[in-house]
Amino acid sequence: MSTALPMRKPQRNPQLNAHGELIHLLSTEGLPKPIIHQILDTAEQFLSVNEREVKKVPLLRGKSVFNLFFENSTRTRTTFEIAAKRLSADVINLDIARSSASKGESLLDTIANLSAMQADMFIVRHSESGAPYLIAQHVAPHVHVVNAGDGRHAHPTQALLDMYTIRHYKKDFSNLTVAIVGDIVHSRVARSNIHALTTLGVPEVRVVGPRTLVPGDLREMGVRVCHSMEEGIRDADVIIMLRLQNERMTGGMLPSSGEFFKEFGLTPAKLALAKPDAIVMHPGPINRGVEIDSAVADGKQSVILPQVTFGIAVRMAVMGIIAGNEA
Amino acid sequence: MSSAAPHTLHLDAEALYAILLDGVRRLVTPDTALVGVWSGGAWLAERLAHDLGLATPHGVISSALHRDDFSSRGLAVGKDATHLPFEVEGRTILLIDDVLYTGRTTRAVINELFDFGRPASVTLAVLVDRGGRQLPIEPAVSAARITLPPSERVSLDRTPQGRFQFHFETV
Repeated sequence: MSTALPMRKPQRNPQLNAHGELIHLLSTEGLPKPIIHQILDTAEQFLSVNEREVKKVPLLRGKSVFNLFFENSTRTRTTFEIAAKRLSADVINLDIARSSASKGESLLDTIANLSAMQADMFIVRHSESGAPYLIAQHVAPHVHVVNAGDGRHAHPTQALLDMYTIRHYKKDFSNLTVAIVGDIVHSRVARSNIHALTTLGVPEVRVVGPRTLVPGDLREMGVRVCHSMEEGIRDADVIIMLRLQNERMTGGMLPSSGEFFKEFGLTPAKLALAKPDAIVMHPGPINRGVEIDSAVADGKQSVILPQVTFGIAVRMAVMGIIAGNEA
Repeated sequence: MSSAAPHTLHLDAEALYAILLDGVRRLVTPDTALVGVWSGGAWLAERLAHDLGLATPHGVISSALHRDDFSSRGLAVGKDATHLPFEVEGRTILLIDDVLYTGRTTRAVINELFDFGRPASVTLAVLVDRGGRQLPIEPAVSAARITLPPSERVSLDRTPQGRFQFHFETV
C-alpha cells in the first residue's frame, strides 16, 4: 500500500449527484444542512424499526455491502454490519489490514477486484486521509461509498450520530454551547463534529485541551479555543469528550495520562460548571480515569450508551438514502 | 377520455366519505382496528374511528420502507411514520386508503403491518377505486369507482377546517 494517496480536487461536491442528492457519505464538510436533517429524520424512523417484532426492512435486499477496514475497529465495523443487516443487505467483512494490502495490492486494485464481485456499497476505514474519496472517484455509478473514518480527516457517521443525539436531547441547535474536549488536533471525530455543528447553526463551539493538542489555529474553523476546563465547560449544554489515544502519549505531546486527567479529565466537580441539564457524550471506547471519571461516564447526564443505539439508526439512514440515489 | 376529464369530474369527497362511513360501519366488529395509509388514508381512519366511536385507537401506516420502487425513486422517509397504538398479533385489521390504483402501496403496507405481528385478518376499504390494478388486491368497500388516464393523479386533501376534497394533477 502506498502511503501517499493522490487527492484530486473534484469539480463539485463528490458526495452529491447532479440533482444534489447524497450518493456517497465522505465528510460532514460541505454537507448541506437539508441533507443532514434528511439523514436525522430518516434515522428517527429507523430507530423504531429496532423495536419491532421483525427488526428488518427490505430496502437493501439483494445488495452486497463490503466492510473494508484497512484500520482495525471492531466496534464501528459491527455497528455498520448491524445497520446493513437490518436493511436486509448481505454483508461481507474484509480484514484488509491482514490480507491483500499486506501482499502489496494497491487500494484501487483491491476495489476493482471487489467491484468484480458485484459490490454495491463500500464502507471504508483507512489510516490515510482521503482514501474514501479516491475510492468514490473510481467506482461504477451504482456503487456507493461511506467513509467510516479516514486518517485525521473525517468520521462523518460518528458526527451524524452525535448530531442525532444532541437533537434528541436538546431539540434545537440554535441556542447551544457545545464543548469538545481532548485531543482535537488528531481527531477526525472533532473535525467532523465541528463542521456539522457549524452547518446546523450552533452559535458556540468550543475546543478544549492543552496547547499541544488544541493549537490556536483551530480558530480558523470558527470555534473558540480554550486551554482550561473551567473556561471550556462553563455553561455548556453539551460536552463531547474524546478518547485520549495512547499512541499520542509517547510523542511528548502530553506529560502523562495522570496529568491529563487532572487538567482535562471530566469529573463530577468539573461537570458542575456546565449547565445543570448538560449532556455528556463520548464516541467510545472510553478510558475511565484518563479522560472521563467513572462517576460521570455512568452518571445521569451521560448519554454514551444511547449514542451507540442511535448510531445504528443513523448508519441505516445513511445507507438507505445513498443506496436509493444514482450517481 | 380527454385530458380535460378530471376537471369535469366533480367528485364530492364529503359525499363519498358518507358512503365510506356506511360501508365501514357494516364491516367493523368490536375487535377491529382501523389502520390508515399515510397520509389521506390516515385522515380518513381518524375521522372514521371518531364517527364510529371505536374503542381501539386508529393506527397509521407508511409504505416507505417496503416500496418496490426504492431503486428508481430512492428513499422517501418523511413525516410518514408507522404508528400502531395496539397489538397487531391476532387483531382484525381494516386498512383505509383514499385512492386505490395499482395496489402496490397496499402490498407494501401489508408487508409493513406484518413486521409488527400476525393479524387475524386484513381487509381494505377505500374512498375511490380508480382501477388499473397491477396486483391481485381488491377492496371490500369503495365509495366510488372512476376511470382516469395514467397521466392523471388524484389524492385527498384536508382543509384546515377538517373537510375533505380531492386534488387532481397531471403528471
